Amino acid sequence: MPVSPPDTAPLLAMRGIVKRFPGVRALDGVDLEVRAGEVHCLLGQNGAGKSTLIKILAGAHQPDEGEVLLDGEPVRLATPTAAMKQGIATIYQELDLVDGLSVAENILLGHERTSFGFTRRGETNRIAADLLRRLGHGEIPPGTEVGRLPPAAKQVVSMARALSHDARLIVMDEPSAALAHDEVANLFRIIREITAQGVAVVYISHRLEEIREIGDRVTVLKDGRTVAVGLPATTPTGRVVSLMTGRDVEYVFPPRPEPGGDRPEVLRVEGLTVPGVFADVSFSVRAGEIVGLAGLVGSGRSEIIEAVYGARRASGRVLLDGRPVRPGHTTTSVRLGMGLAPEERKAQALLLDQSVARNITLAGLTRYARLGWMDRRREAAEAARLIEALDIRPRDPRRPVKTLSGGNQQKAVLARWLVEGRRLLLLDEPTRGVDVGARAELYAVIRRLADEGVAVLLVSSEVPEVLGLADRVLVIREGRIVHEAPAVDLDEHRVLDLVMVSTNEESHVD
Amino acid sequence: MTEATPTRVARRPFLGRIGEVPHVGLVAALVLLAIVGLVTRPENFATSSNLVSILALASTIGVITVGMTFVIIGGGIDLSVGAVMAMSSVWATTLATQSYGPAVMIVCAVLVGTGAGLVNGFLISYGRMVPFIATLAMLVAARGLAQRMSNQRTQLVQQANSAIVELSTTRVLGLPLLVYVFALVVVLGWILLNRTTFGRRTYAVGGNPEAARLAGIDVRRHTMLLYGLSGLCCGIAAVLIMARTTTGSSTHGDLYELDAIAAVIIGGTLLTGGRGTIIGSILGLLIFTVITNLFILNGLNTSDQLIAKGLIIVVAVLMQRRGALTAT
Repeated sequence: MPVSPPDTAPLLAMRGIVKRFPGVRALDGVDLEVRAGEVHCLLGQNGAGKSTLIKILAGAHQPDEGEVLLDGEPVRLATPTAAMKQGIATIYQELDLVDGLSVAENILLGHERTSFGFTRRGETNRIAADLLRRLGHGEIPPGTEVGRLPPAAKQVVSMARALSHDARLIVMDEPSAALAHDEVANLFRIIREITAQGVAVVYISHRLEEIREIGDRVTVLKDGRTVAVGLPATTPTGRVVSLMTGRDVEYVFPPRPEPGGDRPEVLRVEGLTVPGVFADVSFSVRAGEIVGLAGLVGSGRSEIIEAVYGARRASGRVLLDGRPVRPGHTTTSVRLGMGLAPEERKAQALLLDQSVARNITLAGLTRYARLGWMDRRREAAEAARLIEALDIRPRDPRRPVKTLSGGNQQKAVLARWLVEGRRLLLLDEPTRGVDVGARAELYAVIRRLADEGVAVLLVSSEVPEVLGLADRVLVIREGRIVHEAPAVDLDEHRVLDLVMVSTNEESHVD
Repeated sequence: MTEATPTRVARRPFLGRIGEVPHVGLVAALVLLAIVGLVTRPENFATSSNLVSILALASTIGVITVGMTFVIIGGGIDLSVGAVMAMSSVWATTLATQSYGPAVMIVCAVLVGTGAGLVNGFLISYGRMVPFIATLAMLVAARGLAQRMSNQRTQLVQQANSAIVELSTTRVLGLPLLVYVFALVVVLGWILLNRTTFGRRTYAVGGNPEAARLAGIDVRRHTMLLYGLSGLCCGIAAVLIMARTTTGSSTHGDLYELDAIAAVIIGGTLLTGGRGTIIGSILGLLIFTVITNLFILNGLNTSDQLIAKGLIIVVAVLMQRRGALTAT
C-alpha cells in the first residue's frame, strides 16, 4: 500500500481536540493523524466521540480547544463549505443526496456548471460521467433520478460528489452498513483505487473484520479520548476490542436461570411476511424467556419486531396468549400486553421536551385516570416508584428527558412498560448509545423482567450482547430465519458466519 | 460520556431567563399597551365601556383561539375556522332553523361547526391530507356553502329569537353574558388540556407522533377529535357573533384564522406542535385586541394597525426563539 514515509508532514493532523456540549464533554483531547493515500480507520464504541470528531472535520462543529493542521498548516474549518474548499469531503451514513435530482445534478450540487444562471446540462452530465467512470461505475447513467438507484449506487454517487470537489481526504461514516456482502467488496475496490491516486480515506465501521481488510492504520477512541494512535491495522482483534472497552471482559451479563420447558407460550408468530423485506418468519417466545434476533442491519430484524408489534402491516399471524394481534393498530397491541422499546430512542420513543415522569406514564395514561380525568398524585407516585426501581438518574421526575444520558433515557423507555399485565417486551437495540457501565444495569433489568414472567424479544447488532443476554437465538439473514439454537450452543464466530455468508454459499451452512 | 448528568444550569442572559417564568413577557407587553392607552387617551381608554368592548370583541375570536391552540399543540393547523364560523351562523339563521326557536339555533350552529371540523379531521387523519391543504379546501368550500345558503344576503336574527341577542345585551356584574361564555370555554379548555388524558395525548401526538403511536395512542383518532374540537369552538363562536351582530352572514369571520393563529403563536405555542398553553394564547389575543382598540381610540389608520400587528408577530417569535436557543 502506498503509505508516505513517516518523516513527511501528514496530510491531516488533529491535536488535542476538545468539544463540549451542554452537560457533556463529547471530545476530551483527541489526536488524529492521517497520511496521504492511506485508509485510516477510526474505531470506538457508540458514544465514544467518532461522530463528533468527523463533524468537526466536516466543518459542522467547531472545536472548543485544539488545532487542525492540513499539510502542516493550521486551518479553520468554520463551515461545511470551508471544509470542502480545503479538500475534505464527508460521506455520512444516511447519504445526503437529493432524491428528486439526477445523478449528475447531485454530483455537482453546490458548484453547478452554469452560464448566465442557466445550468449547462451537457457539461454537467459529461463531468459526472467522467467521475463515475473513474470510480469504475460508468454504467450508472448521469441522467437518472437518484431516488431510483439502489443503495450501493447511491454510495458511488456520494463518492463521485466527494471527488468532484477535488477532495484530498474523504471521511466515510459506516459506508458498508447498508450494503450487501458483494457490494462491500466493490466498495473496497473503489477505496483502493482512490487511495492509489493519493486521496486519504478516514473509514469508520463497527465491523472489525472489514478494518483488517481495507485499513492501513487504526485510531481508537474511548469516552472522547484517543487511546491508541496510528496502530497498524494488523493489530489482533482482541487487543483492539480491549482498547475500545478499556477492559478485556467486554460485557457483564446476569446469570441465566434454569430453562423451564413447561412455561406457557406467550407469543406465537406464524408465517409472517412483508414482501421484499422478510418472508415466512415463524417462532414463539415463552413466558420468562429472552429470545434474541441476530442479523445484520438491513436483514429485516427491526421490521420483524415492528410487524409483531402491529406497527407495520404484514401477512401471517401474530398471537399473544392465543389472541390475534391486529396489524397496523398499536393501540390493540398495547392493550393486549405488548410493549416496544424502538430502535431510534429519540425519534420513536421519547417526548424530548417533556418530563421523565410524563414519558414514563405515556403508554398507560388510562391507568392513572378516571373517565379521562388524570389522577396526578397517583401518576407522580408511580413515576417516582419506577424511577427508583430502575435507578434512573438524576432522580427528578420533572426533569426534561432530553437532559438525561442515553442509558437513563433508555431506562425511562423501559420504565414505560413496567406496569402490571405486560406480557411481552420487544427491545430493538436496547443498548445503542449507552455506555458500558449502564449497559450492565440494563441487562440486569431485562433479565429481572424475564424472571418476573415477561417474555422478551431482543434485537441487537452486537452479537456478544445477543449471545450473552438471550436464552435462545434466531439468526436472520436476508429476511429469513436461517438458524435457531440455545445461546449457549453458539459463539460469535458461528453467528457471524451464519449472518454474513452470501446466498450462493448457502448450501454449506447447516 | 459518564452516567451522571451534570445538574449545573448554564447562566443565561436576562431575556432568556424571562422566558422561563411563564407568560411574563406577554403580561409585560399587555401592561405596556395599557400604559400607552392611559397616556394617549386618558379620558377614553380606562372607561368601563371601553374595557367591556375590548372583552366583547375578544370573545368571538377567543373561543376560536382555544380550539386553535389544541390543533396547533397537536401538530396541525386549521385555516378554516373563520369560514366554518360564518357557515354555522348562516345555517343557524336560515328561516327554517329559526322557526324552531333559539335553542335549536344554538344546537344547529354547534353541530354544523363540529361536523365541519370532523370532516377536516377525517381528511387529515384517514385521508392522509396535509392539514394546511385540507383546511384550506374547507375554508373555500364553507364560505361558498354559506353564500349559497344565504344567497349572499345577511340574515337577521328574528324578533322571536331575540334570546340569542340577549347574550350580548344582558349584563351580569357589568359584563355581557358572551364574555362569560368566553371565560367558560377558556376554563374548560384549560382543564381539558392540563388535567385529562385527552390533553396529555394532544401534547404527545404533536410532540412526537411516531412515539405516541408506538406507545399505543391512537394518533389518527385523536387527530380527528382535535379538528372536531376546533370546529365545536367555531360553532360556539358563531353563536357569539350572532348575538353581537344580530345576524348570520357568509362574510362573518373574514381572516379570523389569521388572528387566531397569530394569537396562538404570540402566546408561545410552537407551530411544530408539542408545546404550548391556553393562557399564552389568550394573552396573545388580548394583546392583539388592545392594539386594535388603541388604534381606533387614537383615530389611526387601519393600515398602520395591520403593520403594527405584523411587527408584533415577528418580535414575539424572535424573542421566543432566543429563549428556546439559550434553553437547549
